[in-house]
Amino acid sequence: MNLYAVSAIYRFEMARAGRTLLQSIVSPVISTSLYFVVFGAAIGPRMAEIDGVGYGSFLVPGLVMLTLLTHSVSNASFGIYFPRFVGTIYEVLSAPVSPMEIVVSYVGAAATKSIILGLIILATAALFVPLRVEHPFWMVTFLVLTAVTFSLLGFVIGIWADNFEKLQLVPLLIVTPLTFLGGSFYSIDMLPPFWRTVSLFNPVVYLVSGFRWSFFGTSDVNIAVSVGMTLVFLVLCLVAVSWIFRTGYRLKT
Amino acid sequence: MQPILSISNLSKTYASGFQALRQINLEIRRGEIFALLGPNGAGKTTLISIVCGLVTPSAGSVRVDGHDIITDYRAARSIIGLVPQELTTDSFETVWATVTFSRGLFGKPANPTYVEKVLKDLSLWDKRNAKIMTLSGGMKRRVLIAKALAHEPRLLFLDEPTAGVDVELRRDMWNVVRALRDAGVTVILTTHYIEEAEEMADRIGVINRGELILVEDKDELMRKLGRKELTLYLQAPLAALPPGLERYSLALSADGMALTYVYDTQGERTGITTLLQDLSAAGIRFRDLQTRQSSLEEIFVSLVRNA
Repeated sequence: MNLYAVSAIYRFEMARAGRTLLQSIVSPVISTSLYFVVFGAAIGPRMAEIDGVGYGSFLVPGLVMLTLLTHSVSNASFGIYFPRFVGTIYEVLSAPVSPMEIVVSYVGAAATKSIILGLIILATAALFVPLRVEHPFWMVTFLVLTAVTFSLLGFVIGIWADNFEKLQLVPLLIVTPLTFLGGSFYSIDMLPPFWRTVSLFNPVVYLVSGFRWSFFGTSDVNIAVSVGMTLVFLVLCLVAVSWIFRTGYRLKT
Repeated sequence: MQPILSISNLSKTYASGFQALRQINLEIRRGEIFALLGPNGAGKTTLISIVCGLVTPSAGSVRVDGHDIITDYRAARSIIGLVPQELTTDSFETVWATVTFSRGLFGKPANPTYVEKVLKDLSLWDKRNAKIMTLSGGMKRRVLIAKALAHEPRLLFLDEPTAGVDVELRRDMWNVVRALRDAGVTVILTTHYIEEAEEMADRIGVINRGELILVEDKDELMRKLGRKELTLYLQAPLAALPPGLERYSLALSADGMALTYVYDTQGERTGITTLLQDLSAAGIRFRDLQTRQSSLEEIFVSLVRNA
């Protein structure tokens, strides 16, 4: 294991976030605060409690997930796409580094950044609404699993994309709709039966539901199913990444 | 002694069907400077890219200091430093950070003293805290060299190191390369500048259309280069060479109006004086004369054209 290389890439990626602090941390905090002002303070009081949880508090896990998902994908995809775009990837490819080490360092850095971001959002939310975490262990587990899984997805997108448009395409056309329709702002029990069934094909439903369970002890779907589905998605992303390195897809000619 | 790099039967066909390399066999001796010459698209960069792990070979094998580049890639790659042709740098990083990064990437523990030495050797020390994007093209080229040297490689690839570099910087670059060779680093460089190969290389390889068409000691090539032709135009046509002139190996033109003599300018005696005396004694009179030297460039062009 080339630990020096893993640490070099990891620190390089973390330093990149440091340079774009405003964009990486401040803007998500502002947008989350806006969500709380609009949905929590303005609309929230008119909403009925969901499973005994006030709407403002109910929103928190969903909003954290929303940020976690989108930032994991964008962070990881940009992290690997940019060196491909400017050509500096040659150095990583010519280094004595295994594919696994490349993935661990890039995905690890992207996941770390989104976890930190998720915790900041959580802290921001605590300023607006009462918050309790019933299962801290599972809360952290979901946070880490989700960050890692979607950073892997972002890594795959960053390798697949061959222009900036494609880099935006998947987050915009797939990830954002899935998160919005994944119960971030509502319980899927509120949906008509047909759309509820459709929602069950959305992996984000399981993440949001599991994450919300770790806070309030109530969930849309069984917690074991949530964990299981998250792991299935993680494995799918791992399979895609290992295929990329086995074939050299878009990395080597 | 085991060669530092040995390439056998290496071929590369890209997915488009383009055959970039055909059956390349090449051994690079430890500590030499090897110049790879060839026109654009000849396969120079493909060859380097395969050795460095950026391109997968279609057939054949490559060993770096005895380590196969595929099965034993860690050992092979940690010996190699690569300076790419394009100025691909992390614009937002500082010089110090990017060179330190390269060292870590190649599996070496941090060593600020060594990085400092590399930066000083390349006259980059004053710029260590500058962001790369603020540097000139020549300075960026140096940064790429510093990155490639950060992990103390024993085999250094320089892909067109002086393309687009001014004359002064090119001289500096040559000094850097010589200093590296003196420090025991084997250097393989590709270049368009034939004078650069003449100036720097111990051996020269010429590649064209994916085939290695010549590998020779530079001195040997220079001997060919030092060869001159003297053409004597006669006043009256000769049917045959007069006897007694065999030792000059003269060539008589088809119309009998010109004699050509080949001699070595580096030799102690060119034989011109005695040749002219002997010709004069044989009653041959001249109308005009001409001498001509073949340059490495001509050798190169004729090789590439005939291939």
